[in-house]
Amino acid sequence: MTERDGTPPDGSRRDALPDTEGRREPGEAPVDGVVLSEEQRRRRRSRSVAIAVVLGALCVLFYVVTIVKLGPAVLIRPL
Amino acid sequence: MTDVASRDYAITAEERPLDGPSYASVSDYLALLKPRVMSLVVFTALVGILRAPGEVHPVIAFTALLCIAIGAGASGALNMWWDADIDAVMSRTKRRPIPAGRVTPGEALAFGMTLSVGSVLVLGLLVNELAAALLAFTIFFYVVIYTMWLKRSTPQNIVIGGAAGAFPPMVGWAAASGAIGLESVLLFLIIFFWTPPHFWALSLYKADDYARAGVPMLPVVSGPDETRRQILLYTLLLVPLAMSPYFLGMAGLAYGVASGVAGAMMLALAVKVYRLREGAVAIKACKQLFGFSILYLFTLFAVLLVEALHLPSWLSGLGG
Repeated sequence: MTERDGTPPDGSRRDALPDTEGRREPGEAPVDGVVLSEEQRRRRRSRSVAIAVVLGALCVLFYVVTIVKLGPAVLIRPL
Repeated sequence: MTDVASRDYAITAEERPLDGPSYASVSDYLALLKPRVMSLVVFTALVGILRAPGEVHPVIAFTALLCIAIGAGASGALNMWWDADIDAVMSRTKRRPIPAGRVTPGEALAFGMTLSVGSVLVLGLLVNELAAALLAFTIFFYVVIYTMWLKRSTPQNIVIGGAAGAFPPMVGWAAASGAIGLESVLLFLIIFFWTPPHFWALSLYKADDYARAGVPMLPVVSGPDETRRQILLYTLLLVPLAMSPYFLGMAGLAYGVASGVAGAMMLALAVKVYRLREGAVAIKACKQLFGFSILYLFTLFAVLLVEALHLPSWLSGLGG
């Protein structure tokens, strides 16, 4: 049990955490301990969009550079 | 929410000053890249690319410029990661994302390392290996040699560390030509000798900040008088060096005139800093030199850029 495998430092597990809000029924799925605020959710979304844009741009860049490096000869091929 | 929960436990409390998942916005990550420094790097690297002999495809030139910019930004992020403690006590830097608590040190480290490796790999794969090797060395020099070692240990920190900021035109040159030419070495030397008077002018009126942060800048260790003397000496070396591309036939008449006039103004301001040592006029002189030094370097490289673009022939062809 370490911090790296997702277990909290005190050795407890997320699904063993007490239901502090008292809404959990026996047998019901465990409530996760981390709830994002609206601001955190909004910022995570903007980070995700930025990563998507960067990855898309990299794909375009690699495609264009490949065409440039291969040159017009890439179109000359036996059919 | 589970993904955030597992990430939450993958970092230690010391690494995570924030209570809970990250509050970092996209603009915080952009701030880690030091965009103002990056813009100067892009500009000088572009001059290196355009001044290099031979033809380079615009897409390859753009790719090289992008990689150099990202590599410079990655260096900035790693610099902020390492220097977060001293950034927090300096007025100029305390609002940066890490000391302000918006980005955790671990996030900045991961961001900087990812971009460093990515920029070098892409430059090597899409442009050439020499440029990639130079970019890798530049990042290493700035982060390890300057930030981790020299900055906190010697008043010569920005003299030697200035080499990191001087490499971009050489990287650009190597990206375009696959070699290192004499002119690219001259461009390197111009930025190298420009850095000390530029930063020491700033440190003269920010000496208290540096002293509080424990950074051994020259005014803190040797005093303002010695700093003024060193500024003058480096400017005396810089001005003829900046004119040398014209006298060596590597630049045109426009560059010769611009470097002469701007150099004379730079020297005049350095003399003013040397002579005015007390009160508000002394601080004003330092601020003038700091501000003009940026304009000076910009002017030199802008004229080189114009000449490289073969704009008006009467401007570019008369000197060489």
